[in-house]
Amino acid sequence: MSEIPLHIRDLNVAYGKKLVLWDANLTVASGRATAIVGPNGAGKSTLLKAALGLIPAASGEVRFFGQPLGRVRRRVAYVPQRESVDWDFPVNARDVVTMGLYRRIGWIRPVRAKHRRLAEEALADVGLGDFANRQISQLSGGQQQRVFLARALVQRADLYLMDEPFASVDAATEAAILETLDKLRAEGRSIVCVHHDLETVAGAFDEAVLLNMRVVAQGPCADVLSPENLRKTYGARLSLLSDAMHDLTRPHGPGPTGR
Amino acid sequence: MEWTDVDTWIVTAGVLTAVACSIPGVFLLLNRQSMLGDAISHAVLPGLAIAFFLSGSRDLVPLLSGAILAGIATTLLSEAIRQTGRVEPGAALGVVFTTLFAAGLVLVRLVADEVHLDPACVLYGSLELAVLDGNPVPPIVWRMAALMAMNLFLALLFGKELQSVAFDERHATACGLPTKRLRLGLTMATAVTAVLAFESVGSILTIAMLIVPAATAFLFCRSVPGMLLVASLVATAGALAGHLLAIGPLPGLFRILIPSVGGSAWNSAGVMAATTGLIFFGTLFGAALIRYGNRPLGRKNRDRNQPVSTDSSAD
Repeated sequence: MSEIPLHIRDLNVAYGKKLVLWDANLTVASGRATAIVGPNGAGKSTLLKAALGLIPAASGEVRFFGQPLGRVRRRVAYVPQRESVDWDFPVNARDVVTMGLYRRIGWIRPVRAKHRRLAEEALADVGLGDFANRQISQLSGGQQQRVFLARALVQRADLYLMDEPFASVDAATEAAILETLDKLRAEGRSIVCVHHDLETVAGAFDEAVLLNMRVVAQGPCADVLSPENLRKTYGARLSLLSDAMHDLTRPHGPGPTGR
Repeated sequence: MEWTDVDTWIVTAGVLTAVACSIPGVFLLLNRQSMLGDAISHAVLPGLAIAFFLSGSRDLVPLLSGAILAGIATTLLSEAIRQTGRVEPGAALGVVFTTLFAAGLVLVRLVADEVHLDPACVLYGSLELAVLDGNPVPPIVWRMAALMAMNLFLALLFGKELQSVAFDERHATACGLPTKRLRLGLTMATAVTAVLAFESVGSILTIAMLIVPAATAFLFCRSVPGMLLVASLVATAGALAGHLLAIGPLPGLFRILIPSVGGSAWNSAGVMAATTGLIFFGTLFGAALIRYGNRPLGRKNRDRNQPVSTDSSAD
């Protein structure tokens, strides 16, 4: 698969009069895990949402596998932020994961046993095999995040767009997500992940995109996460982290001893 | 208390209307748009008046079209106000539907003063009159049966997509579901339901049945199909019990307590709506009692600070 999973050219997005993304250019490498990193308000989530057409872009071009999204929707799966939905909704974990299949099941047709089985398999893949019947309101935050991940996995897409999947999750969830990323990569699938934690970028991802309204740098983690680039992205705010930056450029991030 | 054919038809029409309303009500509630039903059932008034004025008849088709257009106008207008970002969504809806309702009242007085569309009828409906039609089966019963069948059918066809849009609109859009059209379809089904129900049972029962059974079901249901079933049962129970209360115990009780008030029978639609409200409060109270009964005993479980779900044996 040499085709480019996601290519974004000169994407501009504005909320009202305020420009949040400025001539964003991005090429996602096939079969690799890419992190989109940047300070709060840098437009990371906005980039994903605009690429998926969830919010309107002022201008720019987005191509998935060389085509507009409408033609290749089945090859693209989206994992929104956990906080974006109401978890009091009266469904169980299996129901939510099955929603990833609704498009494939098609209009009018009911959900069948084989779809439920696929959903259960996806839940098992993220370590929630025993939770299929659990109401989603009874799940912990990390488990809810994994349900969202399972809903994307069940789509068997070629490109996964994830919005902050690691945000405030427990250790078990973090491990489950990392394992999933590895498995997807091994199958040749591509991942783009909005990520907030600079320290773990190099450990979990192959490539990084530094974003602060504009794309500051993109490429393999080792090249991109340079002190120079990080300063350009985070500005003065990063000066405190200058020691940590040293660790970031190492292939597996900071060791267990930390700083 | 005397049970006649009229009572049978009132209850039949009431139950059919109640169930018909409760179905879109469930989806509105899950979409956090419960008040849209309220807004639409008010805002259809100017639509009805204008359609009546333009067509000069009380035929169903022009009236229905006018009402649906008014319903859609309500949604679009409040959505437009909301998108300016300067008014809270509930307030936007409130402004639009009160304005339209008020304009509708004025218009009704202007163009349809002597006709069926009188303000009193609009509020409490004409359930008692509508069933006194002379036909073996009053047309209102057929109409409400058709409405209920339509809503059941739509829920069966689009229930899974509507559920997905209500739960996570962004994900549904990303998957390629036409979320905007689905929402518009729900709005239109609500408008059709509201206007047909409105004509038979008035706005009080319509609004109550759009919101209250769904809200009751939401208190304890664990799935959307479950909510639809329970909401329909609540609607049925409310309509049936409401009419029984209206013709029997309530007027009797009041005749004894306050002889000057009472009358022979009470407005059925009103009592049906109030009874459904009582069912909601009863359920709310019952749910609170059950939760109180199930609370962890003493301090035993104090150390289990983890959410319930991390340990599957912690039941």
